[in-house]
Amino acid sequence: MLMSVVLIPLALGLLALAIPWKGLRRGLLIIGGVSHGIMTVVLALVQKTPPTAGAWIGLDATGLLFLSITSALFLAVAVYTVGYLGRDSDRRVRDSVEGFLFRNEPEAIFIACLLFFLASMSMVCISRDMGLLWVAIEATTLVSAPLISFHSHHRSLEATWKYLLICSVGIALALLGNYFLAYAGHGKTHLKLDNLIAGAATLDKAWLKAAFLMLLVGYGTKMGMVPMHTWLPDAHSEAPSMVSALLSGALLNCAFLGILRGHSILSAAGLGLFSGELLVFFGMLSMAVAAAFMIRQTDYKRMLAYSSIEHMGILALGVGIGGLAGTGAMLHAVNHSLTKGMLFLVSGHILFTYGSKKTDDVRHLIKTAPLTGILWVAGFLAITGAPPFGTFLSEVTILKGMLESGRWFVAVGYSLVLGVIFIAMARIVIPMAFGLPGQEKSFEPPPVNQRAPIWFAGPAIAMAAVILALGLYIPGIVWNFLGQAAALAGGF
Amino acid sequence: MNMWTDIFILGLVLTDFYLLATSRLAAVIQTTVFQALALSAFMLTMADRPWPLLLVFLALVTLTVKGVVLPWLLRRAMREAGVQREIEPIVGYSASVLIGMVLLGLSFIIFTPLKASISHESAFLLPAALFTTLTGLMMIVSRKNALTQVAGYLVMENGVYAFGAALAVEEPLLVEMGVLLDVFVAVFVMGITVYQISREFDHIDTDRLSELKD
Amino acid sequence: MNIMASIVHLFLALILSPLLMGIINRTKAIFAGRKGQPLLQPYYDLIKLIKKGSVYSATSSWVFRLGPVIGLASVIVAITICPAGGFGGMLSFTGDFIFMAYALGLMRFVTVLAALDTGSAFEGMGASREVQFAIIAEVVLLLGLAVLAIGTKEISLAGIYAGLWTNSVSSLGPVAVLVAFAFLIVLLTENARIPVDDPNTHLELTMIHEVMVLDHGGVDLAFIQYGASLKLWLFSALLTGIAIPLRTGLPLTDMAVNIIGILAVAVLVGIIESGMARLRLLHVPQMLVTALSVTVAALLWILR
Repeated sequence: MLMSVVLIPLALGLLALAIPWKGLRRGLLIIGGVSHGIMTVVLALVQKTPPTAGAWIGLDATGLLFLSITSALFLAVAVYTVGYLGRDSDRRVRDSVEGFLFRNEPEAIFIACLLFFLASMSMVCISRDMGLLWVAIEATTLVSAPLISFHSHHRSLEATWKYLLICSVGIALALLGNYFLAYAGHGKTHLKLDNLIAGAATLDKAWLKAAFLMLLVGYGTKMGMVPMHTWLPDAHSEAPSMVSALLSGALLNCAFLGILRGHSILSAAGLGLFSGELLVFFGMLSMAVAAAFMIRQTDYKRMLAYSSIEHMGILALGVGIGGLAGTGAMLHAVNHSLTKGMLFLVSGHILFTYGSKKTDDVRHLIKTAPLTGILWVAGFLAITGAPPFGTFLSEVTILKGMLESGRWFVAVGYSLVLGVIFIAMARIVIPMAFGLPGQEKSFEPPPVNQRAPIWFAGPAIAMAAVILALGLYIPGIVWNFLGQAAALAGGF
Repeated sequence: MNMWTDIFILGLVLTDFYLLATSRLAAVIQTTVFQALALSAFMLTMADRPWPLLLVFLALVTLTVKGVVLPWLLRRAMREAGVQREIEPIVGYSASVLIGMVLLGLSFIIFTPLKASISHESAFLLPAALFTTLTGLMMIVSRKNALTQVAGYLVMENGVYAFGAALAVEEPLLVEMGVLLDVFVAVFVMGITVYQISREFDHIDTDRLSELKD
Repeated sequence: MNIMASIVHLFLALILSPLLMGIINRTKAIFAGRKGQPLLQPYYDLIKLIKKGSVYSATSSWVFRLGPVIGLASVIVAITICPAGGFGGMLSFTGDFIFMAYALGLMRFVTVLAALDTGSAFEGMGASREVQFAIIAEVVLLLGLAVLAIGTKEISLAGIYAGLWTNSVSSLGPVAVLVAFAFLIVLLTENARIPVDDPNTHLELTMIHEVMVLDHGGVDLAFIQYGASLKLWLFSALLTGIAIPLRTGLPLTDMAVNIIGILAVAVLVGIIESGMARLRLLHVPQMLVTALSVTVAALLWILR
């Protein structure tokens, strides 16, 4: 039954490749999203026993957390995609940056790859064997490459090539880390996560450290950690917005899960300080570099991409410090995924309305498309951690965790960078929504129909509502669950 | 047993130098085939006789995928893109070989502190495997031709695989097959992308894919 | 016994080395389908040249006249310490392999000096090309010998070659193969053979070694040609000592095997010359760097 979260999307994807009817194909997306969501809920309620030792797959708290994030996001994206394909799929589209006409790739491949993507990400969440985890993460890279090159023009091909090559190289290094792990286990543990954690005291320390380094660099490439992040802005800005939403909201999390598994093994072996410090270092680095690149950003989708890098840095930072910060990081994963997903969907509609990716071309969003404008501003507030949204709560929790652990320097740096990012993003988003002062007279609404279609408005509003709710009240059960997830991820 | 290990290691190191020195795409692809062959043969000689059936099966599958299917894919991409040779790389060929020497020395130095924890047979094998991985990385970084970069990825995978063989890591069959499948699909997807790039750009010089930047 | 063997080897080298050139030419002729020169043609050429007089240009000085003499002298000295398949040269001493490399270097140096002394840009071009390749080739030669020295733990050529195949064979096997391959490339480079330099060409853009000796005539040219054949013998002896894994301990057998090996190397060079074309000048350093990398790999192997 656990495998159903993988097998159902896989089967639906294969079906999508086979059938020729457009409507049914798109419907498969919705069916996939809904069934996956139902299975996740069922598994959450049913799976009470911890995974058995030596099992290939199993669902623990961390895995369940990331699985549910993926599921929710996919459902929203599926609704959006059906409408998007209905509008954009068969006609020749005019490129927003250079103005040439291009075709999109076949819809069947796109839908099938989306479903395969869901299947492989689910596999990442439920695998209890590091080798299987590796296979699944590599699979996510491969099936998401056609998603990024949906618009078949030269910029998206460039982005796809960078994505493919950089991530494949990173993941090859992670495979090396796997071999180091297996060697550290003296041939007895065979890369099974539960065996490794149970027998952690007997593992060879030097090889474990080398293994974690490789896993960090390898899966960190996939996650968008600086300095391996160079593929991220290009891929996220050239892919269609719902693909960017999935990449930012779900894929980066799954790559982080790989690092978390490594961290949990090292913590069990007593090397938690080593891996934690590495995570803190790379987290701070990612945040700082992302802030630097966001300051003069002229493309709002790239801005969102750098924001993803920053938030992955926050996640790494939180888990690296551990304790309360770890729990905060888990909450932050949920908040970030939903917020970033919503933001990308909104940016897709902005692109459609204004026909440009440059922030300077977008003005007076509130007047032109009120719903989009409100969501855009709300999303900006949410992603930068302003109350009353959920991200405020998670970022403050991480800060509290830092102060509790006595990491003053890190706390100061963290707050500083968050402030810089707020200002940088505000400089971009506020003029987009409200226009610059003194430009009121020259305002002309763009000619396209600006009413937000239901397939966009629905998911976006739903996600915004959840984030708002998370900021206002989190029930005790959820806190306990998050704490469990953090503890299993190596937070001590 | 030791002699086979020595021959294998030598072959690996020499083919790596050859990869760094050559500019012909066909030679690069042929060398990756040779490395895959050597790896499969080595895997078999390292195991105890009688060979378990699964091991033979795995070796045969590795051989087929890496020795037949992947080169065929790459050669097809080469034909469709119409390129035979590497264009001027970022680092010249002599310089690449000299850097390769430095990398080989580095690989040895890195493994000196870990000497105590390794068995004697792997003492030279691990640096050779690391050197192969670094060669693959070097090919990806310093060459401009997209197909050479794909071949570099294959060489990297060979190096990591050699690591696995050197550490005598016993992966369950499922994982090994999964790894192979992933590598196959990776090269497949990369081949398709190279074809699309060559059709879109009329060249496969990745150094000229530099439009997206901050 | 050993001294006798060494002296016999020295005389054989002095007498038989022009034959190597003849063998190379004959091999090339056979491959080309021609009948080719007589095997003893180089001897006839040497005798003819000795009987001739020389013409010296007004712009050249005593350096030009001294070049061939010192060149021949240095290569004869190198031959005296050249090992003969398990037996040392007549005058072998500790650390003599460095001396040998320097003797060969001296030969190259005076040849280059003589070439520059003519004052012609033609010879200068050849000299610069020759020295450019020598930079890498000398490193490969010395490094290869150093590898063998480390492997056999001996520091004289005699000791190295004696101990090469009598010690633990398995550990030195791969190293010997690598070093032999590198030495083959050095042989082709130092003796100006294809694929580095075509000994038959006299086109301006393609000459390297030939152009340096273009202005010599008569006895000087005889010295140079004889010196070149001695150098070829020397390198062939070095290569044969590594490549043929036979050390019976009986001087006659070893000597005979060595001589046969040297003749076989000459045939091999002839085959390589017939099979390959000359490399572009830009690619020759690449080939040498490849030889260097092979030697470095052998060095790292032996140091593990």
